[in-house]
Amino acid sequence: MKKTGNVIKYGDNIDTDVIIPARYLTTGDPVELAAHCMEDLDGTFRSRVKEGDILVGGWNFGCGSSREHAPIAIKASGISLVIAKSFARIFYRNSINIGLAIIECPEAVDAISDGDRVEADLDTGVITDVTTGGSFNAAPFPEFIQKLISAGGLVEAVKAGLIE
Amino acid sequence: MGMTMTQKILAAHTGRDKVEAGELILASLDLVVGNDVTSPVAIREFEKMGAKEVFDRQKVAMIMDHFVPNKDIKSAQQCKICRDFCREGDVTNFYDVGRMGIEHALIPQNGLVTAGDVVIGADSHTCTYGALGAFSTGVGSTDMACGMATGKLWFKVPGAVRFELTGSLGKYVTGKDVILHIIGEIGVDGALYRSMEYTGPGLNTLTMEDRLTMANMAIEAGGKNGIFEVDEATLSFLREHGAKEPSVYKADADAVYDDTYKIDLSQIRPTVAFPHLPENTRTIDQVGDVRIDQVVIGSCTNGLYKDLAEAASIIKGRHVAKGVRAIVIPATQEIYMRCLEEGLIKTFIEAGCVVSTPTCGPCLGGYMGILAAGERAVSTTNRNFVGRMGHPESEVYLASPYVAAASAIAGKIAGPEEVL
Repeated sequence: MKKTGNVIKYGDNIDTDVIIPARYLTTGDPVELAAHCMEDLDGTFRSRVKEGDILVGGWNFGCGSSREHAPIAIKASGISLVIAKSFARIFYRNSINIGLAIIECPEAVDAISDGDRVEADLDTGVITDVTTGGSFNAAPFPEFIQKLISAGGLVEAVKAGLIE
Repeated sequence: MGMTMTQKILAAHTGRDKVEAGELILASLDLVVGNDVTSPVAIREFEKMGAKEVFDRQKVAMIMDHFVPNKDIKSAQQCKICRDFCREGDVTNFYDVGRMGIEHALIPQNGLVTAGDVVIGADSHTCTYGALGAFSTGVGSTDMACGMATGKLWFKVPGAVRFELTGSLGKYVTGKDVILHIIGEIGVDGALYRSMEYTGPGLNTLTMEDRLTMANMAIEAGGKNGIFEVDEATLSFLREHGAKEPSVYKADADAVYDDTYKIDLSQIRPTVAFPHLPENTRTIDQVGDVRIDQVVIGSCTNGLYKDLAEAASIIKGRHVAKGVRAIVIPATQEIYMRCLEEGLIKTFIEAGCVVSTPTCGPCLGGYMGILAAGERAVSTTNRNFVGRMGHPESEVYLASPYVAAASAIAGKIAGPEEVL
């Protein structure tokens, strides 16, 4: 599977409170959550983000709360992929479980700039910065997680009897 | 190559003699926990999975604690989803207004977890029960749904960081200061994906409350779980609270750790985490002159009876500084009652504090103490991210109940010795 989009880039330790503030956790509706995504960090995110865009972050992306509302809000904003140097573990699980594509690749994050056009092949882990021509290799997911992803997330995996 | 405490618990729940760091496993679950924010999403996913009933009515705990008594129509609607689900499914451990408490205080209090258990909770501070020798970790709502439906969940077996404790804590120093010190040392991702395993001769000197606070904040160092070796204090806590028979696991002598930190508890000073990350720590003598508008004493991190008694010992006979709002929140109904019986509530109210029904409220900027732009709070809670307690331009300073109480009296961040 390939994802191509323009990059919106942030720094380290992007926490779940800035991804979706707790004052909006009185709903689980993806569209409502997306309307407030990143608003405490970057007031321009909502107007800038386009369908298919790629979010790039530094170390420990998604740290903090277990709120699945965070990856739900990012996905519903139109983001097709998150590339980070590392992900906080609950955010990592939640993203895989709900089918938000994520890749860990510190080298790519250092080289990619805000606004660059980036292409990522999720099967091979190859990330290409189309704007600069740079190419990076991320480690592929372990087999079990690939199965979860190709099943379409944890709900589908449970339905298919993968969790027995 | 030996196994850590966490690896042994996970192996036992996978029906295997051995698991290794990095392996992906399916483990059986002893308890699945959710709250009023995460459970409605979990219930939606549970239904999408085609599940009809929970895998075991006794092994699901749903606790209404974030926005109750409901703060607005939307939070009422969210709670109603949980209330209906638990009534229709006859979920045994459903806790609502009148019986509820903050989940991570209520579950140990009610004996729902024992040593050797595997527990998941759709709340990041589920790692608290590692204080009781359980493997316990925060997950998301879809994981919770999978746990409720199947009684199992996938895990990556974590590596570990070991903390060897020696010595004992000085006066006015608590488990909160130890964990803030540790996060200050290793950083907010210092234990990313790994277990934080506590051992050493100093462990026995820590109270169960100290351990619960320290395990609670493992997530603030990125940890998958924090776990304490089981000792006499653990076993007597479990007996006292009617928990089921414990299974005690010790790490093998040749268990592998990515890092080992030696911590002399006698050297820890009261510690404060400055905005906007729990790793921005300073000892109390380095805080400078930081004027404050609000103090919060409570939460899953520091809302136990001992925490409130420590705060009351500083506040008794004194008055909250002019211009400071001090909010005290006992973590459970039982703790609230004990505070009432022991005169703590009177102490707090006479000093000019308000006392609230149990709620997570202000900790996550939900309600019951929201900050305006430019305001500062000293709080015994666990996170001080941008906007955590309200306006994105407000500030939260994390501290122990002693420091929070002293700060309420002084009107600025202060240690107990400055106000006594």
